[in-house]
Amino acid sequence: MRKIVTGNKAVAEAVREAKPDVVAAYPITPQTEIVETLADYVSNGQLASQYIAVESEHSAMAACIGAAIAGGRTFTATSSQGLAYMHEMTNWAAGARLPIVMANVNRSLAPGWNLWAEHTDAMQERDTGWLQVYVSTVQEAYDTILMAFRIAEHQDVLLPVMVNLDGFTLSHIMQPFDMVEPGDFIPPIHLSEMIDPKNPKGYGTIAGPAEYFRFRWEIERSMREAVNVIEETQAEFGERFGRTYGLTEEYRCDDADVVVVSLGTLGKEAEVAIDILRDEGIKAGSLRLRWFRPFPELNLAGKDVVVIDRDYSFGFGGVLAHSIRSKNLVKVYSVIAGLGGQEVTYDDIAGFIRHRRIGEESWFGVNAHV
Amino acid sequence: MFEIRIHSRGGQGGVTAARLLAMAALNDGNFATACPFYGAERRGAPIVSFVRIDKHPIRIYSQIRNPDLIVVLDASVMPAVDVLHGLKTGGRILINSAHKQDFAGYVTNHVDLTSIALRENLMVAGSPILNTPVIGALARTGIVSADSAKSAIRGMFSDERNIRAAEAAYDEVST
Repeated sequence: MRKIVTGNKAVAEAVREAKPDVVAAYPITPQTEIVETLADYVSNGQLASQYIAVESEHSAMAACIGAAIAGGRTFTATSSQGLAYMHEMTNWAAGARLPIVMANVNRSLAPGWNLWAEHTDAMQERDTGWLQVYVSTVQEAYDTILMAFRIAEHQDVLLPVMVNLDGFTLSHIMQPFDMVEPGDFIPPIHLSEMIDPKNPKGYGTIAGPAEYFRFRWEIERSMREAVNVIEETQAEFGERFGRTYGLTEEYRCDDADVVVVSLGTLGKEAEVAIDILRDEGIKAGSLRLRWFRPFPELNLAGKDVVVIDRDYSFGFGGVLAHSIRSKNLVKVYSVIAGLGGQEVTYDDIAGFIRHRRIGEESWFGVNAHV
Repeated sequence: MFEIRIHSRGGQGGVTAARLLAMAALNDGNFATACPFYGAERRGAPIVSFVRIDKHPIRIYSQIRNPDLIVVLDASVMPAVDVLHGLKTGGRILINSAHKQDFAGYVTNHVDLTSIALRENLMVAGSPILNTPVIGALARTGIVSADSAKSAIRGMFSDERNIRAAEAAYDEVST
């Protein structure tokens, strides 16, 4: 049935369908509605999970780690400061190969206190070994959470997945969406190395250089294998439920001379900019990365590339722009825009493309050439 | 694309009105999005929420700059807020007021939603509920059908007084 709900509510609905054994969470704006809704579902019997109301995000992730190592399906949600506080444990979750699913509602980091959308919080988790996906609609948030459990728990992956949605812009917007009956789309969780009281083992013990190095390589091997698992899962999701997703979403890219690359809701707004530019005779396209880790192979040869970063690595540049440049050996026009919830409209994006200066970086509203 | 901005005060139900309107548009077979503007909102402070309705899926997340329709749930915000800001030439403004108001260049409708809510004893925490009757008044302007408006209200509220209030607003709004 079609309903109109917020991005946060859609995430909670998908988690309810996935039936995690444990939800451990601490509230933080703008994700609070996710964990509030799940707490309601647990208390009114709609979700048979253990809900652990922890005292911090660090503890939330620690509780998920404990539950996952005991063989449980686990979920948490956070944002911004909460994710930063969790950081020690996010490394542990990936290193211990635990298929935890987390919704991160992207929000800037303080100071100054700012509650609005920015991707830097997730970018600071880039190197932890978590898979990262960025969604752009309420429907996509719901569908991707369902797929995230299956991908994380796949025997060829066994890594945690972070599903990112833009704070307020997507977490609080109400859009129509359809729920699915997942049936056996998410198979029961099975971990071969879970705690077995009848067969005690040590977990998290010391590892010498040789073992440690091999563990790191195995994370990377699984990250590479995850590309296939994501594609298989997305294809099966499309066959079963009629909505098909890729590693990226391309819009009018085929014959484009210039392509704008972005993450999250900016990628949907960019499609409107593309239609305006096409009407002007400019052959432009939009490429929205859904999956950021593992980083997808892109085909940008021969095109002008404009990258919008809603994040920044100080003293270096936009993280997405850097990724595109280094993986594709192309020069880009790097636009830094939308930090701290800065309003970025389709007209603004059309301006970035029209007035692109390949090889340069602009801060929108500060020294942009538009 | 038809764009609506709703002015109210925190706690008056402006966000719920946006959601009901989007749901009614969906019932009509259109696409719709509803979103509040999040700033330093708090109970009693002037707030705005937005609705977009279109025949196609809506890909715009930035704020509405030139609405087709302005809804003022609480006319007491008008001295503090330029409610007409950005309204398209010839656009419509619907005001919760017992009195006729005129704004040159715009179509103006008024309806006394507060009295309707009080008549039906639709109250929460001592304040009249405006978000269900206003959907009736909006249906009269033709942006959503009356049947879709009613089923949107019934989908969210089981108390039939909400429907009666919406019907009263439909009948009483100035045209």
